[in-house]
Amino acid sequence: MSEIVSTPETERALVVEHLSVDFDDLQVLRDLSFSVDRGSTLVIIGPNGAGKTVLLRALIGSVQSQGTIRWEPGTRLGYVPQKLDLQRNLPLTGLDLLHAKAHVSGSAESEVVDALQLVELVAPATERPIGSLSGGEFQRLLLAFALMSRPTVLLFDEPTAGLDEPSTHAVYDLLRRLQREQNLTTLLISHELSVVYEHADKVLCLSHPRAYFGSPAEVLTPDHLREAYGGGVRFHIHDDAGR
Amino acid sequence: MPAARELVIALEMSAAAGLVGSIAVMRRMALASDALSHVALPGVALALLFHFDPVLGGVAALVVGTFLVWALEYRTRIPTEAVIGVLFSAALAIGSLMTSGEDLLEALLGNVAAASTFDAVLGLATAALVIVFMVRARSRLVIRLVSADLAETLGVNVPRLDLLYLLAFALTIALGLRYLGVLLMGSLIIIPATTGMYLGRSLRSMQIIAVASAMGSTLAGTALAPRLGFAGGPLIIVIAASLFFVSLLGRRQSRQRQLT
Repeated sequence: MSEIVSTPETERALVVEHLSVDFDDLQVLRDLSFSVDRGSTLVIIGPNGAGKTVLLRALIGSVQSQGTIRWEPGTRLGYVPQKLDLQRNLPLTGLDLLHAKAHVSGSAESEVVDALQLVELVAPATERPIGSLSGGEFQRLLLAFALMSRPTVLLFDEPTAGLDEPSTHAVYDLLRRLQREQNLTTLLISHELSVVYEHADKVLCLSHPRAYFGSPAEVLTPDHLREAYGGGVRFHIHDDAGR
Repeated sequence: MPAARELVIALEMSAAAGLVGSIAVMRRMALASDALSHVALPGVALALLFHFDPVLGGVAALVVGTFLVWALEYRTRIPTEAVIGVLFSAALAIGSLMTSGEDLLEALLGNVAAASTFDAVLGLATAALVIVFMVRARSRLVIRLVSADLAETLGVNVPRLDLLYLLAFALTIALGLRYLGVLLMGSLIIIPATTGMYLGRSLRSMQIIAVASAMGSTLAGTALAPRLGFAGGPLIIVIAASLFFVSLLGRRQSRQRQLT
């Protein structure tokens, strides 16, 4: 079992050292080390099956791991999982879900209203069963859920999977605004390399046999991407890649 | 007055069934719950064989079965439904080997007349315990059914919560052993909750409908059984199922009205 402790280092929101995750005989993550500065954005990329979601789940303590995971003292996590498998007719409204979180985390009921305002989700969407929400509405609801009780770190697993282009832009615009207003540290899984160029301060590319960590310019080289994704990947380097 | 006492326990048991069932159907555990109820059978059979209280035997088997289901699920990562399915078949087979005839029928369908004062006190305390747990843990259970990972980020101990919920489930089945028997108690958990899920538009309305439907069926079944000359347990379930079918028609008509 990995050690999940608070880090005393002042600028680091998260330090991970020698992290490994095994499922029975399958090693999903091996000897992974990286760090995330406070208020910055780390984008995690990699091919399907590279262990991106497993990494986020290890960071929130949901799967057993070996190695060290050190969060800054006082860290509050907000997690937005990948698309959830929910019954369409589940009689559970967005408000039900947010009130349940307020109850469990001991937050004031006013935080439900604040979070919904932040993500710009309003009635009647909040009073409809969550299974009947559109993809974009549901993502906003999950984001509102994560933002309640004022997290310092947001972990976001493929925020725009299954969304159309306008909804995708809306979610990223929202993320950028929230990060600016609340100085959130963000860990983001994405399949879209354009997202990496636009949003990442650092990139973690999970692939076999090794992972790469560094600035977008350091990690997103043709050689690294070919090693991670095979020969089929098409890419071009943006002029502002090294921002 | 014994009849009033039995009625109070039956209503309390129904309320517990409605609350436990509403989470079960939302977690897609409807079939699993029916199967789990059969896990009580070997315990009832052992009790009949060694002449001790069949309810105690059933409770013991359910608690052991619950721990087995929970441990197997977490150790093997086989889904709860599959694990319970295996245990259920084994339990039914073992129970059938150990008991027979009238005893088996009583264990399967229940016999209210056989309830003792000890049963009554145990029933009242157990039902109160289940109801208090379901009300207090409602928010955690709701978040857990949406996503176990979301619950983890809030500091919820998900394996422990799962175990406590399965125990609440098992205790609710145990509550109904005397009144409805092994076969029918799973139905009182699932049918009213399904009615609630179909008619409810929010968690609150679903649970109110589930509890009201379970309590109404129990009340009507208990009152009508002696007059109609039927056994109480099966009649309660027939009424609950009728309410479900009526709800299907009611919802369809209300939709048609909305469309015209």
